[in-house]
Amino acid sequence: MSDLLIWPIVTPLAAALLALVWPSRATSIGIVAAGLTLLSTLRVAWQVSRDGVLELALGGWSPGLGIALRADGLSAILLAMSGLVSMAVAVYASVYFAGSAQRAGFWTLWLLLLTALHALFLSGDLFNVYVTLELMGLAAVGLAALGGGREALQAALRYLILGLLGSLAFLAGVAVVYAGFGSLDMATLAGVAAPVPAAWVALTLMTGGLIIKAALFPLHIWLPAAHANAPAPVSAMLSALVVKAALYLVVRLWLEIFDGVVTSAAAWVIGVPGGIAVVWGSWAALRAARLKLLAAFSTVAQLGYLFLFIALAAGLPAGEPRAAVMTALVLMAISHGFAKSAFFLGAGIVMQRAGHDRIAELGGTARALPLTTFTLALAGVALVGLPPSGGFLAKWQLLTTAIASGQWIWLPVVGLGTLLAAAYLFRLLGHAFAPGEGVGPRLAVGREEIPALALALTATLLLGLGAAGLWELIPVSAYAGRGL
Amino acid sequence: MSLTLLYALTGTALFLLGLRATLLHAGLLARVVALNVSGAGVFLILVAIAYREAGQPVDPIPQALVLTGLVVAVSATALALALHRRLIKEQAHE
Repeated sequence: MSDLLIWPIVTPLAAALLALVWPSRATSIGIVAAGLTLLSTLRVAWQVSRDGVLELALGGWSPGLGIALRADGLSAILLAMSGLVSMAVAVYASVYFAGSAQRAGFWTLWLLLLTALHALFLSGDLFNVYVTLELMGLAAVGLAALGGGREALQAALRYLILGLLGSLAFLAGVAVVYAGFGSLDMATLAGVAAPVPAAWVALTLMTGGLIIKAALFPLHIWLPAAHANAPAPVSAMLSALVVKAALYLVVRLWLEIFDGVVTSAAAWVIGVPGGIAVVWGSWAALRAARLKLLAAFSTVAQLGYLFLFIALAAGLPAGEPRAAVMTALVLMAISHGFAKSAFFLGAGIVMQRAGHDRIAELGGTARALPLTTFTLALAGVALVGLPPSGGFLAKWQLLTTAIASGQWIWLPVVGLGTLLAAAYLFRLLGHAFAPGEGVGPRLAVGREEIPALALALTATLLLGLGAAGLWELIPVSAYAGRGL
Repeated sequence: MSLTLLYALTGTALFLLGLRATLLHAGLLARVVALNVSGAGVFLILVAIAYREAGQPVDPIPQALVLTGLVVAVSATALALALHRRLIKEQAHE
């Protein structure tokens, strides 16, 4: 039992309500709430690393009738990433939205999004997961529409409709789970899930819904427009955290709860689209005319890698290699989370200064915004997967496991994806370092440049050099039915 | 028992009909309505699951799920319609 688990959810929720009734103070409320939420997520992560799985039965009702909150290694790591990324985004947004009419709306919705995300990561009940998915989706659509232009509204509407379709499919899967196994508590299910038709139908429906939300190729069509047309702090949250929530659920379902149901043939069903996403997303990023579109397509590619990891892990028997792939998957996911949020914040700074983000007209950026250009390059290093970034370690693990288990087919995919990623990064840097006046004169380093740099440094240096802790935390699982 | 199956199959049919229309229709209003049809299908499946044999009380958990699901569906529909109205206004300005 642990009351600690309440705080990452309650803090942003209370702050969201406060920001709603007191809009003139919304920015200060948001920053303070982000700080307190960060502390509470780190506290949970620390406690999990010391004591193992934490569980809290809400209202004293035991799971079965009641709803449990649980934190294990996987949820603690994602929770801590969410706390850190959102703290940086909060500092950045306080500058970005200063004096803007969208300020109060942003903070309320942003805090609600954080509430839903943290509730999702901590939820131990499948129906509760559905509710948090919907809350997250509604808050995310509101944020994506914040810009208010025609393109942003159209993208937000498409995002909403496809998101609703995804969560309905997920709900249908939840209904089948309940009919088949008589419980929605995820730990109970991990113990009783067996390869019967009900499990296959449920897993198909839930996965189908989740890959819409996680934008796996070819269901990624909504992502580039929605992520590229939102305000920069929103894009950072959507690309770094919101798609990861759906991915987190796929990991939970495929590798833990329904571990005994997933066959290695089924793994190809998500492995092949993942492989195509890697190549196609990187290619589209290379061809993108706008900086934020480049970042959004790169997200499509990076999600492809993550699904490759899931497919690879699902094909392996329980044991040491599988735990290593799963740890590499989490490392890749959080490395992308930090790097992509840094990239979007950097892109936002360029866009606010230059008034546009057309890559071909970014000449002079390196001179006018040296720190932000450095941030973009550093985040790019993690996205490409060059050493010493977290992305490098994760890809290395992917390749060694693929070779060791004889799945050679993934080698050219990862190779091609990495080359294309390097190409789109160097194309961007080529334009940024070219002479020109596209971004205006050089000014002093702004307060908004610091959080982006901190995120990029985390992705490239901190995660690469300090990844050892992950190897100890990931095996602490609340749901692994038969042990990793 | 066969009645339960009938409800569940009807629910599945509604879900699939709504799914098809959501994916194929271009008009936003039609897609929102189709989504609600799909939602009704899922809720019907849940209600069918809640049924136990005659004379026994129904299982309360799926019913609680349906209630929560309805609230979510109504809010999501409202958001979709509000965004649609905003979009029409925006297009009228251009």
